[in-house]
Amino acid sequence: MHPWLPFEWIAATRFLREGRMQSLLIIVGVGVGVSVIVFMSALLSGLQSNLVKRTLSSQAHIVLLPPEEVARPQRDDDGDLGPLLQKQAQRLRSIDQWQKIRDRLGALPEIAAVSPVASGPAFAVRGDANKSVTLLGIEPEHYTRIIALDEKIVAGKLRLNAGDTVIGIELAKDLGAGVGDKLRLNSGSGATDTLTITGLFDLGNKGVNARNVYVGLRSAQTLLDLVGGISSFDLSLVDIYSAETLAQHLAAETGLQADSWIKTNAQFFTALTSQRISSNVIRFFVGLSVAFGIASVLVVSVVQRAKEIGILRAMGATRGQLLRTFLLQGGIVGLCGSMIGSALAALFLALWQTLARNPDGTPLFVISVEPSLVFIAAAGATLVGTLAAFIPARRAAGLDPVVAIRG
Amino acid sequence: MAEPTNVLELSDVHKSYGTGSPLEVEILHGIDLRLQRGEFAALIGPSGSGKSTLLNLIGLLDRPTGGHLAIDGQPTSGLDDTGLTRLRGRRIGFVFQHHLLIPAFTALENVMMPMLVDRGRPDAEMRERAATLLEQVGLGERMNNPASQLSGGQQQRVAIARALVMRPSLVLADEPTGNLDTHSADGVFALMREINVARQTTFLIVTHDPRLAQRCDRHIELVDGRIVADRPN
Repeated sequence: MHPWLPFEWIAATRFLREGRMQSLLIIVGVGVGVSVIVFMSALLSGLQSNLVKRTLSSQAHIVLLPPEEVARPQRDDDGDLGPLLQKQAQRLRSIDQWQKIRDRLGALPEIAAVSPVASGPAFAVRGDANKSVTLLGIEPEHYTRIIALDEKIVAGKLRLNAGDTVIGIELAKDLGAGVGDKLRLNSGSGATDTLTITGLFDLGNKGVNARNVYVGLRSAQTLLDLVGGISSFDLSLVDIYSAETLAQHLAAETGLQADSWIKTNAQFFTALTSQRISSNVIRFFVGLSVAFGIASVLVVSVVQRAKEIGILRAMGATRGQLLRTFLLQGGIVGLCGSMIGSALAALFLALWQTLARNPDGTPLFVISVEPSLVFIAAAGATLVGTLAAFIPARRAAGLDPVVAIRG
Repeated sequence: MAEPTNVLELSDVHKSYGTGSPLEVEILHGIDLRLQRGEFAALIGPSGSGKSTLLNLIGLLDRPTGGHLAIDGQPTSGLDDTGLTRLRGRRIGFVFQHHLLIPAFTALENVMMPMLVDRGRPDAEMRERAATLLEQVGLGERMNNPASQLSGGQQQRVAIARALVMRPSLVLADEPTGNLDTHSADGVFALMREINVARQTTFLIVTHDPRLAQRCDRHIELVDGRIVADRPN
């Protein structure tokens, strides 16, 4: 008995220690439950963050575009609408007052980075080869905060002065070009420019590697006939899952068209969401069965210890002291179980990582047990244990000492 | 008002079960009883006479349905459950027939238990007081044994030490030797007597054993829920 420990703690730990097999079984049971939850959470968050990272490595979280141009119906002299309304073709236009909008966007706390982009269709020509590409005029210092293009350069470097361009490895292969070679770009507006390839990138997506051609913002503005203008903003957010709400908010605020990654990858996002919901359901039911397990063991323990509870009451233990003693037992079972569970989960994950590998032997994706996850599991299991102990603890506290002692 | 020298005072105490229902049964019919400091009294009577019920009321484990009950001059009728529990823990010691130690604890810890639940945390004085008591009951060398590893007579000695650790005014013993062989029973009885003399602790002993009752100072005989005889021995 340590002098600083209260009676409740001493009694709770002694009772658990005395009920050896019973305590051990329920703690291991809780551990198995917790390990399922921790393993599943780590696996799923690893999988999801990996998928999201891959998806977002070559796209902005939100893209702001000029509003769609709408044909306004004409009315005749009587005020009736004309008989035919043809949809207007969307031309490449600049965002009005884009510098002001950029400053306003940059001041919002939800937005991590803003990058103006002038983009449009073009043809990349080299010798006899002629490829249709997407021309992207960027300011590298801003753009790399949204898409880490600088980290994806596999040859040369990301330098986009006047007359420079950076292209994908697929396009380089198609055109037979490398760093230092010249490349001619013909834009849709008829303008032409000859640029030097300063770098090759690999964004991990074949289509993007074959299609994107990066040039400096000014070069793109000239080529696309958007002098001084930009065609879109790329935004990166602090919380990627708030993209859709924020996009709607920004659309209303700026009058621009706002497309979030969630909307442009709707099916992918639905898959992520349903995966998360199903894992929450599983977690809930595992937690519930853990709670029932703890409660049932403690109910039995209260029945077994009725006499001892009666003696303690006769010796002056209050109802509150007994209530807390049994609540603590639930909490301790939960806490010990969560520790075993976290260790088991770490073991499962290590095993999983050695078994689940790509054909080349690299892990499918990186997963790790975050300290915060272990902490949450421990706190959650302790709470569940304490709550589960509530009914048995109330029974213990409510025992009539006369009846209990007589047995 | 109660006399301050009265450790226990009962006047016109009734106890019924099933109050308000058609099956209401009155077990105790107007008990009047006073115990003074240092008394060593035996409560005797046939089975079903209400001895245990009376002992439960005196031990504050149960409440009377009528009448007045005071411990050390303090009336108990106005106390809530926690108040009764505290008063019981501090003023009354229990020795049960079946020893009833808590097996998860050692002999020493069992003796400390009433102080521990009263103070909330163990301290050095508690340990010392419990160890001294265990020496007195002759178990100084076994104080760190688990309670479950002691013999019946030893367990009952531990129970007596436990009953005394709070220095109670009144010790209630329910058939304290009922489960022991003659030799152990004599030892336990002698021990209680010794403490009674040395500390002036009041003892009320429920017993069926006429031999034991003979050795008490006062006989209180209960029959059918009434005190039919109360005489010095």
